Amino acid sequence: MVKGQIHSREDLTIDGEVEGTVELAEHRLTVGPNGRVQASVKAREIIVLGAVHGNVEATDKIDIRKDAKLIGDIKTARIVIEDGAYFKGSIDIVRGEAAKAAAAEKRPPQPAPAPVQSSLPQTSPTPTAVGTTASGIDRAANDAKR
Amino acid sequence: MFGERLRAMLGEPSVRRSASPHEFSTTNPVRPTRVERVYCRPSHALSQFFSSTSELNGFPLLDLAGANQANISFITEMGFRLYSDDTMRVLEMAFGRGPDALENQSDPDRVDRFMAATLDYHDNQFCGALLWDVLQFLAPPLLQEAVDQLYRILMPGAYMFAIFHVNERRPEVSLYSYRIADAKSLVLSARNETRPANYFTNSAIEKLFRRYHYVKFFLTRDNLREIIVRR
Repeated sequence: MVKGQIHSREDLTIDGEVEGTVELAEHRLTVGPNGRVQASVKAREIIVLGAVHGNVEATDKIDIRKDAKLIGDIKTARIVIEDGAYFKGSIDIVRGEAAKAAAAEKRPPQPAPAPVQSSLPQTSPTPTAVGTTASGIDRAANDAKR
Repeated sequence: MFGERLRAMLGEPSVRRSASPHEFSTTNPVRPTRVERVYCRPSHALSQFFSSTSELNGFPLLDLAGANQANISFITEMGFRLYSDDTMRVLEMAFGRGPDALENQSDPDRVDRFMAATLDYHDNQFCGALLWDVLQFLAPPLLQEAVDQLYRILMPGAYMFAIFHVNERRPEVSLYSYRIADAKSLVLSARNETRPANYFTNSAIEKLFRRYHYVKFFLTRDNLREIIVRR
């Protein structure tokens, strides 16, 4: 078993046991079918065929193959998971600048606000679903909006 | 077009009764038969679940069915932070499989192990939970504990989506995998038949969720009963 910190400036395949941290800033990490990684992992691309226990961050993509096991939180721009893989944890999709720009282009243009006519009588704002009850979830939604 | 999307989502050609062009149409749901293993149908409960939680994107959502590409893509594209868990697999790991599995669910040590492995989250952490048909496979003491844990980890006002089989007389029920096709429809793949731990009438379901704000029932055409529960 390898214990400690692994930094690599090239692609790396782990097919044994590793405990600690693994960082491959601009490269690809492959955890082979015999790989048992108990570490926080950062890489550009991560392919899991074995087992990973720890938080995983990929700037580009995470690929969890059939029969792989990943327990930990994932932060990535893209994720591919095959049927048969076991995953427990959270998935945080981090949209890159290019993806954000593409999403903004896809969005329909917002209609211009209607001009306010001062001669019309003022009406009270229509209540929306959020905030009409005092439930925790509504409060949380309002907090998030603020 | 929808059929192509479905096949792409499943990653394999589906087993079908016929080559009808409407096989996967959401407007023409096909009634499943014993030979059909994959089908798509509308889900009004799912639709209501997502319309009720749509303003909460950015909040954590729990999916107990195990990670699959379709559900991950749909839920994260809606803006939720997805927490994924495979409760059926944890159930099997904690209690084993085979005839003793249900009896093992009354073993306190195993129950603790199961709870620690699957519903060990913070209080009020989630704005919603997709339970699918998981609750049917939990024996009564474990079932009540799981429902209580769900109450604890859901925010007040949060929603749950769950599925129960309607036919109470069948000794075994189909074990499905569920994929979200869009906000209003589901793709169901029957994997195999298995013995559930419980059969539920509507009143049994209402009793199970008595601590919750309300339970809403939706009947489907495929012997499944969908519910929405509000915390």
